[in-house]
Amino acid sequence: MGVEVLSCSVDSIYVHKMWNDHEISKMIGKDVPFAMLSDQDGSIGKMYGIYDEDSGVETRGRFIIDPDGIIQGFEVLTPPVGRNITESFRQVQAFQLVRASEGTEATPSGWKPGKQTLKPGPDLVGNVWKVWKVSEAFED
Amino acid sequence: MPEEFKPGCKRPPIKKSPAQMEVTSEVIMKEATQSMVKVGKPAPDFTASAYLAGKFVNIGLEEFKGKWVLLCFYPGDFTFV
Repeated sequence: MGVEVLSCSVDSIYVHKMWNDHEISKMIGKDVPFAMLSDQDGSIGKMYGIYDEDSGVETRGRFIIDPDGIIQGFEVLTPPVGRNITESFRQVQAFQLVRASEGTEATPSGWKPGKQTLKPGPDLVGNVWKVWKVSEAFED
Repeated sequence: MPEEFKPGCKRPPIKKSPAQMEVTSEVIMKEATQSMVKVGKPAPDFTASAYLAGKFVNIGLEEFKGKWVLLCFYPGDFTFV
């Protein structure tokens, strides 16, 4: 799909190794395939605005960064709720499509690979209802 | 006897000594300087040590120019979720 994953927490690289060796590798049957970053003073988390000073940890912040280093999207959850990775990948695929089209195409609500895109322009103003149905936002 | 607590995904709040309490205003200043990044703006650059495929390495965001990056923060290793 063409996306590099980086994970980051305030744990040391040694704990990252232990977590990989003793739990994650058993969960997925292989080593963690991406770099596990260590941000022990929370400085990276602070730059991104997701470091929780009260508990000394980073919240579940997820950032999509494009090939020019521009942040295209983010989502932040408090610790007890895990993310939907499928949704993160869907968003990356949507941003990749928009970028490849050089901005001539946009992905409507509920879009996923294979579904219809929209081509914004004078002809589409006020006419989205003719080419796109609300039900598409809820269909797989 | 130390009180047992249920492990969660967060660390317990950091206890502050009276001396630290005095610098609370400084802490507030620090928190005020932490602001959320904005979409459409450059991602703050950083370098960090990392564990990757059996090795300890240093990684900078700059190295990923030209590639899509999914940067995921989380509260900590072994935190269940």
